[in-house]
Amino acid sequence: MLVPMKWLQEYVTVNVDTKELADKMTMSGSKVEEIKTWGDKLDKLVIGRIESIKSHPNADKLVVTSIDIGTDERLQIVTGATNIREGDTVPVALDGTELPNGLTIVAEDLRGEMSQGMMCSHDELGVPKNLIPESMKDGIWILDEATPGVMFIDTLPLIEDVIEFEITSNRPDCLSVLGMARETAATLNTTMKMPEIQLKETGSQWTDKASVKIEDPEGCPRYVARRVENITIKQSPQWMQQRLIHAGVRPINNVVDVTNYVMLETGQPLHAFDASFVKDQTIIVRKAAEGEQTKTLDGTLRTLKNTMTLITDPEKVLGIAGVMGGENSEVTPETMAIILESANFDADRIRKTSQQLGLRTEASSRFEKGQDPELSLFAANRACQLLEELEAGDVCPGIIDVYPHPVSPRQESLRPYRVNDLLGTNMTSEDMVNILHKLEIGATYKDDFIHITVPTFRLDLEQEADFIEEIGRIYGFDNIKATLMKGDIMVGGLSHRQKMEEEVKKTMSVMGCYETATYSFVSPSGVDKICLSENSFKREFVKLLNPLGDETSVMRTTMLPNMMEVVSRNINRSVPAGRFYEMGQVFYGQLGEDQAVLPLEVTELVMGMFGEENDFFTMKGMIVHLCNRLGIETLTFQREINHSTFHPGRCATVYVGDQLLGTLGEVHPLVAENYDLGSERAVLAEINGDRLLSLANIEPLYKSLPRYPAIVRDLAVVVDANTPVREIEKIIQEQGGELMETCQLFDVYQGAQVGEGKKSVAYTVTFRHAERTLKDKEVNKQYDTIVAELKNSLKAVLRA
Amino acid sequence: MEEKLHLLGKEATEALAEAKDVKELDNLRVKYLGKKGALTELLRSMGSLPKEERPHMGQVANQVREQVESAMNEARKRIGRLEMDARIANETIDITMPGESFGHGTKHPLTQALDELKSVFIGMGFSVVEGPEVETVVNNFDMLNAPKNHPSREMSDTFYINEKVILRTQTSPVQVRTMMNTKPPIRVISPGRCFRNDTPDATHSPMFNQLEGLVVDKGSTLGDLKGSLEIFARHLFGEHTQIKFRPHYFPFTEPSAEVDVTCFKCGGDGCSMCKGSGWIELLGAGMVHPNVLRNCGIDPEIYSGWAFGMGIDRIAMQKYGIDDIRLLYENDLRFLSQF
Repeated sequence: MLVPMKWLQEYVTVNVDTKELADKMTMSGSKVEEIKTWGDKLDKLVIGRIESIKSHPNADKLVVTSIDIGTDERLQIVTGATNIREGDTVPVALDGTELPNGLTIVAEDLRGEMSQGMMCSHDELGVPKNLIPESMKDGIWILDEATPGVMFIDTLPLIEDVIEFEITSNRPDCLSVLGMARETAATLNTTMKMPEIQLKETGSQWTDKASVKIEDPEGCPRYVARRVENITIKQSPQWMQQRLIHAGVRPINNVVDVTNYVMLETGQPLHAFDASFVKDQTIIVRKAAEGEQTKTLDGTLRTLKNTMTLITDPEKVLGIAGVMGGENSEVTPETMAIILESANFDADRIRKTSQQLGLRTEASSRFEKGQDPELSLFAANRACQLLEELEAGDVCPGIIDVYPHPVSPRQESLRPYRVNDLLGTNMTSEDMVNILHKLEIGATYKDDFIHITVPTFRLDLEQEADFIEEIGRIYGFDNIKATLMKGDIMVGGLSHRQKMEEEVKKTMSVMGCYETATYSFVSPSGVDKICLSENSFKREFVKLLNPLGDETSVMRTTMLPNMMEVVSRNINRSVPAGRFYEMGQVFYGQLGEDQAVLPLEVTELVMGMFGEENDFFTMKGMIVHLCNRLGIETLTFQREINHSTFHPGRCATVYVGDQLLGTLGEVHPLVAENYDLGSERAVLAEINGDRLLSLANIEPLYKSLPRYPAIVRDLAVVVDANTPVREIEKIIQEQGGELMETCQLFDVYQGAQVGEGKKSVAYTVTFRHAERTLKDKEVNKQYDTIVAELKNSLKAVLRA
Repeated sequence: MEEKLHLLGKEATEALAEAKDVKELDNLRVKYLGKKGALTELLRSMGSLPKEERPHMGQVANQVREQVESAMNEARKRIGRLEMDARIANETIDITMPGESFGHGTKHPLTQALDELKSVFIGMGFSVVEGPEVETVVNNFDMLNAPKNHPSREMSDTFYINEKVILRTQTSPVQVRTMMNTKPPIRVISPGRCFRNDTPDATHSPMFNQLEGLVVDKGSTLGDLKGSLEIFARHLFGEHTQIKFRPHYFPFTEPSAEVDVTCFKCGGDGCSMCKGSGWIELLGAGMVHPNVLRNCGIDPEIYSGWAFGMGIDRIAMQKYGIDDIRLLYENDLRFLSQF
C-alpha cells in the first residue's frame, strides 16, 4: 500500500518527519517497506507556453517552436514531439539544467536551428512508464492550466514522500488512506478526521425511473447506485493525477480517476457504467447461468459458472460483480451520463470467481479480503463530491441503496487481568480503554469487564485475544519487559535416538565423509537410473499433485538416486575424490485421492564415495567402524548377487544378528553409465537408519585390562582360491576355544609359490588367559585343533 | 707384580680414553678383560705367588679391574653420545614438506547452523521433537487456525499429495502433535524440512529448513517470549545483540510479532547485509492463539503459551555469507568442505 504523505495529512496531523513516522508505524504494526521521495531535481524547470510551431527547414521529423517563459524574450526550442499544439503549457528545461534521469540540457544547434532548451516528458522527469497517462505516453508532459515563467514545482504538487506499507492479510481496512490515517492517529496519539461530504446535486431526479434488484443477496449484501449526468470526459486536474501517480495508479480520465481515487482513499472499489447502455435504468444483481458468456472491458470473452455473481440489466450482462465491468457499458469519451456503483460483494465468492476466471483485478483483490458494507454509501457520496469538484458532471439527487440486512457493530467483552497475564504488563483498565479508543474501538469499563463495540470496518477482531493484541501493539511491544520463563523446572535435551543420530554424524565426519542435503522429492526416473528391479516396492511413489516439474514430482523411496546425483555432479565438476552421506526420510505407501492417510516415513542412511582409496572395503570398513562406535559389534556380511543397482561380484548385505541393516557395494557399470561417471567407479551403501539408531547404544562399560601376557602365533594356510576368508575365520573362532582372544588377517597371497587356483591366507592368532600365564603346551594344543579342523573342512594345508 | 698391575691399569685407562668407536672399545675389552686378556693372564699367574702375598695382591688386582671397568663404562657413554650426535646430524628432515592429510569430513552447513541453534534452546530446558514431512491439511493448517481461504493453502503455495495431505509448509504441525499428546508444561523445539511451491532462485528453494519453538505453561507471557528470544539472540550473535519486536499477523499466534536482531555484521550501524537499517529480520513469534490451544485440547483459560519460528537456511546463509540458497542443495564437495 502506497501512502502519499500529503494525502494522509489531509485526514490526520503528522507532527514528525516521514522517517520517524515510518519507524513508529512499523513498531505499531504497519511495517514500512520503503520510503520513496518524488520530485527530485525538478526545481530548475519553468513553465513555458508554446506560441508557435513551425516546420524545421532541414528535418522532416523535427519542428521549431517559440516558447514564452514569462520574459520578453522568446525561447526557440527544436523538438520531435508530436503531441504538442500551439497554446499548450509545458515544463521546460533551460540551458544547463540537469534532469532527474541524469541528462544535462545544453543549448545546441539541431540541423541548422538553435534549440535553447527542452520541453520535457513524464519519463524524463522521473515518472515510471507504467504510470504515464495514455495521451502523453510518447510525448511531452502537457499541463492544463499554468502560467508561463512560473517554476514547475510551484505549479504542481510534484514533491512528495510516499510510504509503502506492507499490509497483513487480516487488515484489509488498512488498504486505504483513511485506514492508514486511523493507524497513524493511534500511533501518534492524535485524532483523524473523515472527509466532510457536501453535495450540490444539480442533476435531475432519477430514482423514480431507475431500480436496482438484488437476486443474489448472499453474493451481494449491499448495492448503492448514484447517477451523474452532463458528463464531460477529460483529463483530471494535475493535483489528482499527481496523487494517483504517487499512489501507483495511472491517470486515465476524470471519471475513472475519481473512482480510483476514492478506492485508494476509502478502500471501497467503485465502478462507473455508461448510463445510456443500461436498459431501463434497471440493474439486476444475479447469479450467472452455467456457461453464460460475456465480454469484459479488457476485450476478453469469458465463460461463466453458476457460482459467479453478475451485474446485469434486463437484457444483458453489464459486468462480473467485483471483478471487472463489461465492455458494452464502459465509460468512453462520448459518455453523457454514468451510473456509479458502490457495492459490497461476498469475499469467498469473489475469490473463487477470480480464481476460476484467472482474472485478478484491484477490485477483486480488495473484495476477496473482505469489505465493510457500511462503507458503500460513504464512498459513493465521496466520489460524487469529487466529480462535482472536478466539474465532471451534475450529480443527480437521490440514491438507490439496496441493503437488506444492515450490519451493526458487534458487542464483545474483555477481562483486563487477561491482558496483563498474557502480555506480562501492568496496565490499568483505564490504559486499556484509552488505547482501544485511539483505534476507534468502543470501550467502557464496567463490573470488571471492558465492554467493547467492534466497529464494522474491523473485520479481524473476533475475540478477547484480538483485543489483547490491539492493546499490546499500541502500548508498544518495546515497552513490555523481557522476563525469564517461570514454572516447573524442565530438563529437556536430546532423546536417545537423537543422541545416536549425532554420534552417526560425528563418526561419519571423522571418517572423512561430508554430509549432503538433497531434496525429499525426486524424479520418478531415478529408480530406472539405478536399475532397480521392475517389481520393487520402491517403484510405488507418493506423488505430488502440483510439482514444480517432473524432477521433483514424487517423494523418494530410496536415497540411492540422490546420492548418485551427488557423486555424478562432483565427478563431472572434476572433483578427484569424495565421501558423502546423508540421513533422511524415504516415503512408502499409496495414498487414495481424498484420504487423510499419511505415508510411512522411514529414516535411511545413504553413503556414497568415489575416487582413489574409496573402494568396497573402504565402505565396508566404514560401516564396521560406524557400527562399532554405536556399540553394535556383531555384523555379518553376505554376498549379494541379485541387487541390480550393484556390481554382482562386489555387493554385500549386512546383518546384525538376523536383522538386515543394509546393502553396500560398487555400483553396477550400467548405473555408472546412466550417471555419466566415465571411468570412475562409485561405491554406495544404503542403511536402514531406524534400525541402526534403535540398535545403537554407546554407554561404554569398563572391562579390566589384561594382567597376564598373551601368546601370539601366526597361522598361514593354503586353501582353494575361491574360499571366502570368512570360512577360515569361522573355524579359527570356533576351534580357538576360550583361550583365543583375537584372530587378525594379515596377508592374502596368490601366485606361483602356492600353486594355480590356490591362495595363502595368514592370520595372527592371540591367546590369553584372564587369570594366569598361559603355557606353550596349552596353546599348542589349541593351535593344532584349529589346523586339524581347517584341514578337515577346507582341505587347508599348513604353510611352512 | 703389583707394579705390573698398576702399569697395566694405567695403560688400559689411557687406551680407553682414546677409543673412538664401539669396535675399538670392543677390541680393548678383549685385550684387557677378555679370557686371554692381559689383566686376566696376570691374575691367572697369581697362583704362583707365595700364600701370604696373595690377599694383598688380590686386593690390588680387584682395584685395577674396577678401574679398568669404570674407564670402560666412561668410554662407552662417551662413544654412545658421539654416535648419537652423528645420527642426529644425519637425520635432519625438510620440515616444509606437507604433513599427513587426515580427510576429516564435515556436517552440512545447515546441520551446523541448526546444531548451534538447538544447543542454545536445549540449554534452556527445551526438548527436540520431530514429525513427518508429509502431513495432513488438518495438522498443517486447520488446527493452527489458518483461515479456510488463507492464500498459503493455495496450490500455488503448497505442494499437495491429495486434497487432505500435503508436504508440510512449516514445522508447526509438530507442535500440534506435541500439544495433542503431551500435558503441559511443554517446552519444545521442532527442527525440520519444509516445502513451499517456490521456483528455485538465489533466495528461494522449494525445500528449506525451519526451527520452531513452543512453550505452554501456566502464566507464560509475551515478556517471557521476549526474554527467551533475547537470551537466544545473544548466545547466537554476541552479548551486545539487541532484539526488536514488530507487531505482525500470523493466524496461529495472537499477538504476533516479527523479531529483528541488530545486524551481526555491522552491529547496528547499517551495512550492505542489513540494507542500511542496522536490523536483520530473524524470526516470527507470538502468543499461541487460544483457538490453537483449544483445538489441541488445552484450556486457554488455564494455560498460555508462546511460539516462534525461524528459517535455518537464511540464518546459515547470513552466518556463513552464502549468497545463493541453491548452493546448499547442490552438494558440491568444494562447497561442503568449507564449513
